[in-house]
Amino acid sequence: MKVYPIALNTFREAIRDRILYLLLFFALLMIFTSRIASLLTVGEESKIIIDVGLSAISFFGVLMAILIGITLVSREIEKRTIYNILSKPIRRYQFLLGKYAGLLLTILIMDFIMTLGLLLTLYFKSGRFELHLLLAMGLFFCELFIITAFAIFFSTFTTPILSSIFTLAIYAVGHLSWNLLALKERIASFWGKALCFMLYYLLPNLENFNIKNEVVHQLTIGWKTVLLAIGYGISYSVVIILLATLIFQRRDFV
Amino acid sequence: MIPAIEIKNLYKSFRSGFFLKKQLVLHNLSLQVQQGEAFGFLGPNGAGKTTTIRIINGLSYPDQGEVFIFGKENTNVGVKARVGFLPEEPYFYHHLTGWEFLDFYSQLFGYSRRYRHKRIAFLLELIGLQEYADMQLRKYSRGMLQRIGLAQALINDPQLVILDEPMSSLDPIGRRMVRDIIIDLGKRGKTVFFSSHILSDVEMVCDRVAIIIGGRIISVGKIGELVKEKVDFHEIVLDGISTDKLVPEFEVISHETNRTLIKVEGEEGIQRALTFIKVHKGKVISVNPQKKSLEDIFIDEIRKGGERE
Repeated sequence: MKVYPIALNTFREAIRDRILYLLLFFALLMIFTSRIASLLTVGEESKIIIDVGLSAISFFGVLMAILIGITLVSREIEKRTIYNILSKPIRRYQFLLGKYAGLLLTILIMDFIMTLGLLLTLYFKSGRFELHLLLAMGLFFCELFIITAFAIFFSTFTTPILSSIFTLAIYAVGHLSWNLLALKERIASFWGKALCFMLYYLLPNLENFNIKNEVVHQLTIGWKTVLLAIGYGISYSVVIILLATLIFQRRDFV
Repeated sequence: MIPAIEIKNLYKSFRSGFFLKKQLVLHNLSLQVQQGEAFGFLGPNGAGKTTTIRIINGLSYPDQGEVFIFGKENTNVGVKARVGFLPEEPYFYHHLTGWEFLDFYSQLFGYSRRYRHKRIAFLLELIGLQEYADMQLRKYSRGMLQRIGLAQALINDPQLVILDEPMSSLDPIGRRMVRDIIIDLGKRGKTVFFSSHILSDVEMVCDRVAIIIGGRIISVGKIGELVKEKVDFHEIVLDGISTDKLVPEFEVISHETNRTLIKVEGEEGIQRALTFIKVHKGKVISVNPQKKSLEDIFIDEIRKGGERE
């Protein structure tokens, strides 16, 4: 299991990075202060806390995945620590998988802490643990599967700054890509329709993981939707990591 | 015996500049390093040493040519388990302590915890850093980093150790330590392949050297042979014969009280001088062959390389 030491080292490096704690601090600050925002409304306090809290977790979670994800892989290449690792009996795909696993573990723990912060804030408000939030968090974590995979994918062939921009772009596009289907219906040209259709299936649809409204308004969410989203998240990430491996395999370290 | 490293007709080019102009950095490079020898890879900066080493380690791919390590392809994972590598100007995980750093690399070989513990303790002692085992690498000096880098290259007790400029950035004590480690590895039957542009280091440690200039191997051979071929003349220090007698026969370089230095060329010249001294009842103090140093050869080759281009 050569992936394990790489994953552990990645995790160790990430949790010793100050930027992570800075982001965590601001995320928790935003979650706790959502209580103040909730005072502005009457009778809807919990909903406001959940809304602001989930948004904060989503925003900072993505930021963590991008910043840590990109720096961790690019730094290995830029600082040439990768020369040492790849000269050892380890395959390149094992290195990438280790990095990916280490990053996901870091992000999972950070998300857990932020979720705990939100649950506690709500507990102090309503006196009960709003455990249905965990489902939203679980799906959000699936979204991070994809974002982190993209962060690693871009890091295998471009600079950290470009990787961050591209990954952020994927995040933005991913949340808007569902519009392509609506656009397809309004376009008359066959090629226009085909392009919309193709792009829709090529780009990630991150709205699949967004059940914030359902959670805030306590609507029922079908298991089929959840399972499909999880399946989609896993398969999309596998494809991206596979592509990253193909590029990384041929990469010349000079 | 299968060579430790066998490089066959290696070509490598890079593309650079706006128009991505192709620049050839290795030109038909072939080389064999035998098992158990300490092999020096000499060349000025930019000659292609590091590129060759990266290709050997499978970090970079050649345009053409093949590299075999112990008879197997260099990208073979099994073969990598028998190789130790220290890159040029290595960078390390600054967040790790010395111990964690070595432990991380040893885990990549799948060793048991107990073996790792024993091996790391041994290596830390070997490089004299046992007191700093729990210090984060960010606090290490450059010399200490180079030493811990060397320790990670030896973590698997490799049969072949490849070191890229291992003595750069080391103080005299550090250089001595690295030199001793290389000599010790040689004694234990390990193959050491190391690049350097510092000739004295290579001269002291290596059995054979290859000189690379402009991506081509200019010469390969035992240091003794490379230097022997280039014996220019002999200097004889003698006493008891006046310069008046010597001058018509020999080239007198200097004369002090009780010491005269003459220059003779070839074996015949030595014999003639010795007979002359005996006949004139003089005394031979010393006969010194004046070889070109490796450095002279190196500079000659660079010059020739420049002329060829």
